[in-house]
Amino acid sequence: MSSTTSAAPRTFFGKDAIAFIVLAALILVVFPVALDIFRLNLVGKYLTYAFVAVGLVLCWGFGGILSLGQGIFFGLGGYCMAMFLKLEASSPENTAIQSTPGIPDFMDWNQVTELPWWWVPFNSFPLALIAILLVPTAFAYVIGAAMFKRRVGGVYFAIITQAVAAILTILIVGQQGYTGGINGMTDLRTLLGWDIRTDSAKLILYFVNAVLLLGVILIALFVKSSKFGRLLIAMRDKEDRVRFSGYDVANFKIFVFCLAAAFSAIGGAMFALQVGFMSPSFVGIVPSIEMVIFCAVGGRLSIFGAVYGALLVNYAKTTFSESFPELWLFAMGGLFIAVVMAFPNGLAGIWKSHVEPLLPRLMKRLRPPAIVSAPTKAPAE
Amino acid sequence: MIGDYTYDQFFSILAMQGFAGLVLFSVFVLMALGLAIIFGQMGVINMAHGEFMILGAYVTWGTGLFVTNFAPALFPIYFFVAMALAFCASFTLGVFVEWAMIRHLYKRPLDTLLATWGLSLILQQTYRSVFGAREVGVTLPDWMMGSLPLTDIIEVPINGLFVMALTTLIAIAVALLMYKSRWGKQVRAVTQNRIMAGAVGINTKMVDRMTFGLGCGIAGVAGSAFTMIGSTGPTAGQLYIVDTFLVVVFGGAGSLIGTIASAFAISQAQSTMEFFLSGSMAKVLTLLTVVGILMLRPQGLFTLKIRR
Amino acid sequence: MTFDTETAPKDFLLAVEGLTVSFDGFKAVNDLSFYVDENEIRVIIGPNGAGKTTVLDLICGRTRATSGSIRFRGKELTTMKEHQIVHAGVGRKFQNPSIYEDLTVFENLELSFPRGKTVWGSLAFRRDREVIDRVEEIAEMIFLKDHLDTEAAILSHGQKQWLEIGMLLIQKPDLLMLDEPVAGMSVAERVKTAELLNTIIKQHSVIVIEHDMKFVEDIAHRVTVLHQGKVLSEGSMDHVQHDPKVVEVYLGH
Repeated sequence: MSSTTSAAPRTFFGKDAIAFIVLAALILVVFPVALDIFRLNLVGKYLTYAFVAVGLVLCWGFGGILSLGQGIFFGLGGYCMAMFLKLEASSPENTAIQSTPGIPDFMDWNQVTELPWWWVPFNSFPLALIAILLVPTAFAYVIGAAMFKRRVGGVYFAIITQAVAAILTILIVGQQGYTGGINGMTDLRTLLGWDIRTDSAKLILYFVNAVLLLGVILIALFVKSSKFGRLLIAMRDKEDRVRFSGYDVANFKIFVFCLAAAFSAIGGAMFALQVGFMSPSFVGIVPSIEMVIFCAVGGRLSIFGAVYGALLVNYAKTTFSESFPELWLFAMGGLFIAVVMAFPNGLAGIWKSHVEPLLPRLMKRLRPPAIVSAPTKAPAE
Repeated sequence: MIGDYTYDQFFSILAMQGFAGLVLFSVFVLMALGLAIIFGQMGVINMAHGEFMILGAYVTWGTGLFVTNFAPALFPIYFFVAMALAFCASFTLGVFVEWAMIRHLYKRPLDTLLATWGLSLILQQTYRSVFGAREVGVTLPDWMMGSLPLTDIIEVPINGLFVMALTTLIAIAVALLMYKSRWGKQVRAVTQNRIMAGAVGINTKMVDRMTFGLGCGIAGVAGSAFTMIGSTGPTAGQLYIVDTFLVVVFGGAGSLIGTIASAFAISQAQSTMEFFLSGSMAKVLTLLTVVGILMLRPQGLFTLKIRR
Repeated sequence: MTFDTETAPKDFLLAVEGLTVSFDGFKAVNDLSFYVDENEIRVIIGPNGAGKTTVLDLICGRTRATSGSIRFRGKELTTMKEHQIVHAGVGRKFQNPSIYEDLTVFENLELSFPRGKTVWGSLAFRRDREVIDRVEEIAEMIFLKDHLDTEAAILSHGQKQWLEIGMLLIQKPDLLMLDEPVAGMSVAERVKTAELLNTIIKQHSVIVIEHDMKFVEDIAHRVTVLHQGKVLSEGSMDHVQHDPKVVEVYLGH
């Protein structure tokens, strides 16, 4: 029967399971063993971008919806976390020298004398956690609903999301008294009384981050392997056909956009925790489009590729901008052009077309000793 | 009375801010015209458009330096030469970029967006390496400085009028080129049906290349105008790219009138609000309004209802 | 022009009345009325630009009517969204084969299976025996049984057309609308398609747009001739072929 193979649904067992185990081993075992705490903290920071990249694989790679505003959600998630940490760091005892003790320092510097109402919920950790997920997702819902219900897509959607990212940055920078302005929220010290600046805290946060990322990857793999995943591909290809097969296309796009936003928000919150500050430079046009390149370098169709892409590009960025700052923009620009023109499927594409075909041969070469020791000799191949 | 102002003062302020917005309007129109031509023609978004503008600005600045040092007698008219040179420089770069990059990506508009962004990074760094990170300013000839008094309070800056006049000329020239010339007919034919246009003997590749070059060239002229309202730096172009896109989209892609009207609306709104609010809030409010309207009316202000 | 649901005849499967759509002043469909019975095969013919495809676009909700009404089993379609019209039982095949090139034939058909059409439904969707049996049954019908695991991109043009028809069939629509189903097919494929359509039309009402007169003669119960957005003539094939107005439009220029 020719149909027996197709009857088995695409699941995330098999190749994806191996890839998942390899990645988990890498970030849970290899990195912590091989790197000192300073480097490990850097890797943790890179991995927060992997959250965004994984979201982009679903949204852009599968769904064909290019968002140039993922920094919005990364930033909102990060700011929600930073606001909680800032309030905790601004206890009346810590801020006794201010003219209004008990409010964040930047408010005091800007003659704000009372905590604004929308800051108040961030005194509570549970509420802050809810806000981290809810605020960016709700915002994504508003943008997504407004655009997708009216069939705005493609280049238009990309430009609008970019404009929103620009607006949010200008707003945050402009409203210094409420947001910390261009410097952002700095000097974040403790989480529920636990000093997050110590080496042991950084190590624990790294693992929390890693486990969250693996969880997000599992969700993404589930979505990809479900019918929803195939619908995303179908919508990217022939949107009208999907619509005239009885699907309300807009809802699916909104969902995947919100999901990507929620992923980014978790990344942003973990960024604020691990790095100890949050600023508008992680929100605007430039960081948002860089996040797309993490995804593109890794391979826009590969969830695992996106993680490696985020790691590699950020590692390269740190190395380059430390030693040859003037070359970094050239390298980055070249990367954009190369990945689009020569390697549209990124590292994952190269892996699939060049490395994977070699694997069986490699395996064969590695196997002979085992065969020799086996009692039954394999027939000549 | 409105706030601390009398009505007279209030309207004078409105008028003055309006005129001050003229240069911004001109830059927007020129930038947006270039972008709209390229976008309308090939559905390609050129994220490096701002860098093409800045190239024009650097050329203007360079011409100014050259004339001051080697031919001071020509200084009063150097601006015209500079504009022509700015056009040529951006046009040439545009044609080269189309040949090297854009033509391979026509079927993947979203990818063009990323590739041209990469180009913009490279151009920015090139400017920084060649001209230095410091911003440069252009010295205007004397006759372009100062302003004409209209009433006791209202004064009109001469450079604003000059740029304004020039923009009008270019807009008319572009309109004539697109709607009256044989070449414009070819461009529109390719826009409507690329395959058929090729079949009737139009060299569509050449049309694409020239259109892209023209759009970039106009951005170069925008750069010349830009030197009057801002100082030229490697990353100055990036600040304008989002605004310009909103101008194009807001006006309804493919409509020259729409582009001009929306450039006017956005620049005037921003310039007027800037007087009463801080600059950043004026910008936030303007952009937010535009995005809000676009969410309600995604096809832009001016557009035709056509069968999809 | 408005019509009261009360007074409208309800025994028609599809009642199009006073339908008008104007694109920037140009009336592509102009005060058009026609009725389709249950289990009828209606063929729409007409010269290029007569508004044939636009009529299908209007019925399936792709284009919004400027005025007029389209009622399907008494339900007004002009105010419904595309996916609601599909759920009401109208299926539409496009002129150019519109299939998902990156998915396999099986997956193409599966996506049209009438279950799990919401976001959560699609996340919870499981490929059970019912789905597999149905997909295989349809694949058999559209001659693609041996290609279930083939990526749709590498199918031939004719096979793609069949696949799209199969995608419609699996939805179990009450009314099938086919836009030039045999266009661009080889002679052999054409014969097979006629065979396929003949099986289909036993269980469905169908509206077909077609240029191939031989084909039209074979299948049509009634023919509607459109010209400049209006009905020029309607009736049996024999009737419209001898209608002097039709002859004039096709041969007069």
